[in-house]
Amino acid sequence: MIVNDGRVHPPGLHPFHGILLAATVPLFLGGLLSDLAYASSYQIQWSNFASWLIVGGLVFGSGALLWALANLIFARPRRNYSSLYTALLATTWVLGLFNSLIHAKDAWATMPAGLVLSVIVVLLACASTWVGFVKCGPGGRG
Amino acid sequence: MNCFPLDARLFATVALAGLLGACNGEAPNAQQYGSNPELPPPERGVLPTMTIAQPAAWGDQQPTVPEGFTISAIATNLQIPRQILILPNGDILVAEGKGGSAPALKPKDVIAGYIKSKGTTPVKGGDRLTLLRDADGDGVYELQTVFASNLNAPYGLALIDNRLYVANQDALVRFDYREGQTEASGPSVKVTDLPSLFNHHWTKALAASADGRFLYVGIGSNSNITERGMEAEVGRAMIWEVDARTGAHRPYATGLRNPTALTIQPETGQLWAVVNERDELGDDLVPDYLTSVKDGGFYGWPYSYWGKNVDDRVRPQDPQKVASAITPDYALGSHVAALGLDFSDSVMGADFAEGVFIGEHGSWNRKTPVGYKVVFVPFREGRPAGDPVDFVTGFRGTDGKTRGRPVGVAVDPRGALIVADDLSNSIWRVAPKGANPTEKKPD
Repeated sequence: MIVNDGRVHPPGLHPFHGILLAATVPLFLGGLLSDLAYASSYQIQWSNFASWLIVGGLVFGSGALLWALANLIFARPRRNYSSLYTALLATTWVLGLFNSLIHAKDAWATMPAGLVLSVIVVLLACASTWVGFVKCGPGGRG
Repeated sequence: MNCFPLDARLFATVALAGLLGACNGEAPNAQQYGSNPELPPPERGVLPTMTIAQPAAWGDQQPTVPEGFTISAIATNLQIPRQILILPNGDILVAEGKGGSAPALKPKDVIAGYIKSKGTTPVKGGDRLTLLRDADGDGVYELQTVFASNLNAPYGLALIDNRLYVANQDALVRFDYREGQTEASGPSVKVTDLPSLFNHHWTKALAASADGRFLYVGIGSNSNITERGMEAEVGRAMIWEVDARTGAHRPYATGLRNPTALTIQPETGQLWAVVNERDELGDDLVPDYLTSVKDGGFYGWPYSYWGKNVDDRVRPQDPQKVASAITPDYALGSHVAALGLDFSDSVMGADFAEGVFIGEHGSWNRKTPVGYKVVFVPFREGRPAGDPVDFVTGFRGTDGKTRGRPVGVAVDPRGALIVADDLSNSIWRVAPKGANPTEKKPD
């Protein structure tokens, strides 16, 4: 039996979902810039900054990802949700976690893998956010 | 705008499985004893290998000692006993404490610190010295009393004539001592400050030179491998020679990552050390070692290990320092965490008369735990000769539980090996059978 609760879901991301999603970009970007600073200066504090910024990106990203997954699973009808957005965000998060573990290595052991991953994760975070807003748009309830 | 959540979930699952699979690499257990240990190439998975001790009470059990020896706990309920000093009248001094004040710099430090704390005692460090006395020589220490308190993570102990030296984590201090004393007659007097801006490795090992003019202080590095920055390593990972009278000091040897126990070879006056080497290069890197310490010698840390094997994790690198690095004398095995060292004596019986006893606290950064025992490294003509022999074992039971973790060891010239155990907070005494009147059976 199909039950229709009669509510109309406006398309688009809930503003808070949008905040969580967009926050991944400056945080992962900050991680990348810190990696670059560490690679050029050998000053370990930059590596510490990178570690925390990447964790920050993961924290906000996990909020956005859980929201997106919940929407995919529970939203009826499902027309408002982009699977491409969710897949991109999931990939961003998984590679971000991998990057975070690489950044937990000591001193220069984070390099060069950490820097390469930071570049990839920043590009993916930008892509997820871009696609998320383009496909779904802001100001919705999902 | 279709959705296929399954794909996203599947991707995540596969990616995670790949991650976890990457850190289960099993390395063969390389032969790592002696002067020429096998050194496999460095490896480190996505996660560092960790097997943390699971503490349990001793109950009715005891550590295992060789045939012909007995073991008994001569002090219990201590507050993290570390190093031991046997005083001339046979009294035993025990330094109790727990130092360290290094801030967590990365998310990893928070997580790893919590995990590692599971393998240690929950008791708070005593910051004190406890004196044990066996007045009638029956092997039972009937007096257990606080000799001095309000110290700052005391570790190394040494006696020169009527002065007792204690290496706190931040300063070398001394007390006046007269034989038979059971309590310090006054507060400690500072001899010199020790490097302690913060203390990643806090233990300050101590030994007095044979002529009593100098004290040697072991100062551990402020990181595993410079991950707290090069600036934090100024004055670290070295052994100081301190003038006992004035407190003036100079670096005696450098590049020793964490020299956790120092002792003087009785026949030669030569300084020996056990050193804990770096982590996160694999289960079988880098061997902790026993070495005679050369005046002015550089032993590699952080730039290289076991002589001239470059550690690529250090930036900037220093090829000139690497070229000057001395290869240590004797590898004890990777991650065993050697924390105690003392030369033996004929009182320990013919099999154990010539050599050193080494207390091994036990590993964390290794899949199959190692250490968790006291070994004997035999010497011939004043040099290590032959594989280590297990002397006290059973700290880590066959059930996987850990009941004790050896730290300091000291040979009592009355005929016993004294071992500090900072997990069960007790002191063990291993003596040849029949050495004590109470153990003699009537004919």
